[in-house]
Amino acid sequence: MPDKKQDLIDQKLQDLNNDGIDRRGFLKCMAWAGTGLVWTMSGGIPMSRAFAKGHDQRSTKGGDFTFVQISDSHIGFNKPANPDVTATLQTAINKINAMSHTPDFIIHTGDLSQLSKPSEFDTLDQALKGVSAKQIYFVPGEHDMLSDNGEQYLQRYGKGTKGSGWSSFDHKGVHFVGLVNVANLKAGGMGSLGHEQLEWLEDDLKGRSASTPIVLYAHIPLWTIYPDWGWGTDDSEQALSYVKRFGSVTVLNGHIHQIMQKIEGKVSFHTAMSTAFPQPAPGTAPSAGPMKVPADQLQRVLGITDVNYLVSGRSLAVVDSPLGDSGSSASGISGGPGGS
Amino acid sequence: MTRKNMWVAGVAAPVMIAMLLLFAGSPRVNAVDQPSGASQEVKIDNFSFGPETLTVPVGATVTWTNKDDIPHTSVSTDAVFKSKVLDTDEKFSYTFTKAGTYSYYCTIHPKMTGKVVVQ
Repeated sequence: MPDKKQDLIDQKLQDLNNDGIDRRGFLKCMAWAGTGLVWTMSGGIPMSRAFAKGHDQRSTKGGDFTFVQISDSHIGFNKPANPDVTATLQTAINKINAMSHTPDFIIHTGDLSQLSKPSEFDTLDQALKGVSAKQIYFVPGEHDMLSDNGEQYLQRYGKGTKGSGWSSFDHKGVHFVGLVNVANLKAGGMGSLGHEQLEWLEDDLKGRSASTPIVLYAHIPLWTIYPDWGWGTDDSEQALSYVKRFGSVTVLNGHIHQIMQKIEGKVSFHTAMSTAFPQPAPGTAPSAGPMKVPADQLQRVLGITDVNYLVSGRSLAVVDSPLGDSGSSASGISGGPGGS
Repeated sequence: MTRKNMWVAGVAAPVMIAMLLLFAGSPRVNAVDQPSGASQEVKIDNFSFGPETLTVPVGATVTWTNKDDIPHTSVSTDAVFKSKVLDTDEKFSYTFTKAGTYSYYCTIHPKMTGKVVVQ
């Protein structure tokens, strides 16, 4: 739908100086994005020439690369919102495999399983064996911590990680940090990183050039979206203070089973759709949790996220794709350029 | 009848029968006020415990039942009791033998909190 895409970009340009987008623009976004996808935009959205051109044209010149984020597969879930989460996971995998480019790796931002059962992790592993990208990075969700503080999870996916499963790695000049905010949760609280992990994070980032693009990924959103439903991380402010000096920071989360985005200075926040079931928009239902949609709409509210890193702008373009559409229907955000 | 027999027939026997009837009808000394086996219920649904505060007498058993379509737990903040992960329709029971206020929460979704007041 090139015309609609162009309309949306024009709309964004018009609103670049405002704090949000106007109601018409918002409704346009909603219509384009499809039923069930919720957008929150605060601050201007910088226009990204990358996806104006169409993200399928992948230039692999010098250092550009892509990776895919999937989230909340909840293998083992079998209630009406989606009686077959393994099938929709497979659809997501097929979608990744059908891409014109093979992503360099995949990041799974947690809630791999529904109940931390070995059989559930087995099923997930089996399905992921067929994905085109052979390197997969994981962080656990709260559903993966149900057996003895995540013992099962760590045994399978914890190699090379510290504590409850945090780690970092570098890829073609971009520094990736996987954080765990679902361990040792306190009564009445939201997500929590904890003192030990924060100390490790501060140390991990020390001495890195501010022009190094940073990607943080964790299960529960690292910004406060809706405290009543626990959609936030109590001590994320401290973590974010450590990345303040960097020129390009992208934060990828899951947990809420819908797309939400925010840009604050040079930090772009983004939450992904689930491959299992959607959840209601904040405050639109008595509680969070699985949301039933008509069967023919399920594929449109589940999805994957394609992230395209461009060396030239040192920026990451985040593009969401519902499982049920032929192309990407939701435009993403572009991480800020440059550094000092 | 002899005088002794008359005493038995007229006084002791009726007194004994009366006492027997009295004790047969009264509750046992160590009974609790609840009919035994009664369980107080907490229903888990929509990411909340209902009722959020439950008041029960000492010795009562509280049963949590998960009616939500997502698993939850019921774990005391003072390590007094701890349920396993409860999937839909699974239950957990705990008998409160000491008076006090017992705060608890769901370790998976910590915003979910509740209280049992035992008095």
